[in-house]
Amino acid sequence: MTSSTTTPKTIITPPLPKPYSSFQLPSKFCNRVTTPSSTSCTLIRDSTSVCMAGLPRPDSFGRFGKYGGKYVPETLMHALTELETAFYALAHDGEFEKELNGILRDYVGRETPLYFAERLTEHYRRPNGEGPHIYLKREDLNHTGAHKINNAVGQALLAKRLGKKRIIAETGAGQHGVATATICARFGLQCIIYMGAQDMERQAPNVFRMRLLGAKVKAVHSGTATLKDATSEAIRDWVTNVETTHYILGSVAGPHPYPMMVRDFHKVIGKETRKQALEKWGGKPDVLVACVGGGSNAMGLFHEFVEDKDIRLIGVEAAGFGLDSGKHAATLTKGDVGVLHGAMSYLLQDEDGQIIEPHSISAGLDYPGVGPEHSFLKDLGRAEYYSVTDDEALEAIKKLSQLEGIIPALETSHALAYLEKLCPTLPNGAKVVLNCSGRGDKDVHTAIKHLQV
Amino acid sequence: MAILSSLKLTTTSGFLQLNTKKPRYPVHHLPSPSQTALNFPIKKLLDELNPRDTLTLTRASNISISQTFTKLKSQGKVAFIPYITAGDPDLSTTIQALKVLDSCGSDVIELGIPYSDPSLDGPVIRASASRSLAGGTKFNNIISMLEDVVSQLSCPITLFSYYNPIIKHGIENFMSTISQAGVRGLVVPDVPFENTQRLRNEATKNNVELVLLTTPTTTTCRMKDIVRASEGFVYLVSAVGVTGARPRVNEQVPSLLREIKEATNKAVAVGFGLSKPEHVKQVAEWGADGAIVGSAIVKVLGEARSPLQGLRDLDTFAKSFKAALL
Repeated sequence: MTSSTTTPKTIITPPLPKPYSSFQLPSKFCNRVTTPSSTSCTLIRDSTSVCMAGLPRPDSFGRFGKYGGKYVPETLMHALTELETAFYALAHDGEFEKELNGILRDYVGRETPLYFAERLTEHYRRPNGEGPHIYLKREDLNHTGAHKINNAVGQALLAKRLGKKRIIAETGAGQHGVATATICARFGLQCIIYMGAQDMERQAPNVFRMRLLGAKVKAVHSGTATLKDATSEAIRDWVTNVETTHYILGSVAGPHPYPMMVRDFHKVIGKETRKQALEKWGGKPDVLVACVGGGSNAMGLFHEFVEDKDIRLIGVEAAGFGLDSGKHAATLTKGDVGVLHGAMSYLLQDEDGQIIEPHSISAGLDYPGVGPEHSFLKDLGRAEYYSVTDDEALEAIKKLSQLEGIIPALETSHALAYLEKLCPTLPNGAKVVLNCSGRGDKDVHTAIKHLQV
Repeated sequence: MAILSSLKLTTTSGFLQLNTKKPRYPVHHLPSPSQTALNFPIKKLLDELNPRDTLTLTRASNISISQTFTKLKSQGKVAFIPYITAGDPDLSTTIQALKVLDSCGSDVIELGIPYSDPSLDGPVIRASASRSLAGGTKFNNIISMLEDVVSQLSCPITLFSYYNPIIKHGIENFMSTISQAGVRGLVVPDVPFENTQRLRNEATKNNVELVLLTTPTTTTCRMKDIVRASEGFVYLVSAVGVTGARPRVNEQVPSLLREIKEATNKAVAVGFGLSKPEHVKQVAEWGADGAIVGSAIVKVLGEARSPLQGLRDLDTFAKSFKAALL
């Protein structure tokens, strides 16, 4: 299989006139957007809308099978269409691609290494000397310490093209908030971050970082005061300020075009991995593993390989205090289908359809929903989803720190913890690529409370 | 009745509570809906405020939303449509509030199903929903309450519900349940127009009219599709934003109304932000067929010192809006 080019490609589709200025209200023109047809999957070079089992990912309504869509108040519909149109237009814009790649290279520090975790591999070697080979995709080495910045950069550039000067975002662990505040400082954009009051306490270093970077951090006290409430508040801000504001949603959740757009800004992770795998061992990975909160780092790694049926895709969610405790965030394992934050997907809800409070020691996985594309891949059986508890994740932080000298984020630790169950089942020499989605500096004070070191 | 059984669950407090928070008001002040006759203070209040003229009472479930508007139009009147959240401060007060609003001359009453993550609601209605959910309000309780009270109302009820609870209950089941409870209209603010067909089909089968929303950011082309499909009336969201009182009505409303009326003969009601009698008078003068008042009314009822005071204040407040439309 030939590798793709070294420079990360962004997305493509039919060309549309640009630049795209903020619309004046009320608009007098009919906005029938030219998007890939839902009945045919036209595969243009690196097409955004690819297929899986004959179904587009997504179709022109933003659906992945029955998941996805745009379940938002009518006030936002035009902004979503405008966003989608701009996103497709920029796909053919060489200047945009050059600017984006330049920032990813010179500011973010891409490409990130694919690192052979020698001691971790040795740890999982069986007594007969057999075992998988474990590689870590080092998204933790990006500027700001996580994969989140890939999407923040792309969307900030998009917002600039749309003429929006005010940026809002939600954040759980704070990594997406920090990435957004970072890029707003870089571009001189006004930045407001919504964060659950409970998350602000457990991720205090990130709150300070956002404020130091010039962003305003607004505490959200309503509901459970965590990520889902911060997201709901950001949506309400967007409904109110839609004409001046771009909402940089931090994961592959939310209404179309966000799941597709965020995935596409992160797909560089998978593209680099394919090239690096070929360079390192002359082949493809056998298994991909990533933690899943909203699902952005997982989709970023998986997307490139979804059509490689011989590659296993494994997502790991947060089981909190245990799947039967009622205190977890294992949406794909224990949830059922509904609509949250604009998308049809699996979610955790009670018998009346009220969204329930999830629990995870990691703020970034503490979300009762999940990106619709993950729901789609789960139902098709293309991707597998498991979960690990808070305690298992904490053990994994210790393990990677002491075996490889890398302190992972609590979110990433969930993926690492799953290796305990996965590795004994894998054939000798199986190549495992685990997305090391973030570094754990932000989590040390949580780890201090729980770990004996 | 489901309400009776849920009341009996917590014998100490007399009404269902999810947590150990102390009730805001001593329970013996609250009338129990297990009594078909009203508790004396509330009945006395209602009789004082609104002497009942039983001869002109029509049953709320017999008249559709669109028929209501047709009738009002023939009389040259503009509809007054108040919104309250079911279960705030509790369901027994909601029963009385519905009766108060009806006797004040409301033409349609919008009843909100409280939801954990309302994306279109501002702080007042959000707080109202939180109070209701914290008090243990469940969908089945709301339905039982409606089954009790709708026959005593003369104006039709429209429910306001976010989409997820509807999906959870099953669209067919939801529609038939609300219809059997006497509900005649439904507003679902977070379903895009393109995805309303199934809701509309089930609603039609059950004699429920699905009201659609159009907003200042909706393009003209899309607005035309929306108004063509909307049933009952067209809900014009007056402002770009969430629910909540605003000092003035958006100046775009007259031109938005004009555009909509060029596209349809259906009634158009304006909502969001209307918080004073002058506001509803203004939208009526601009050509609206109805005025929806939400947060201002919710605040008066839900944030009062006691349910009884809230009902008194609600009566006065609602009458001031009705007077502005005469």
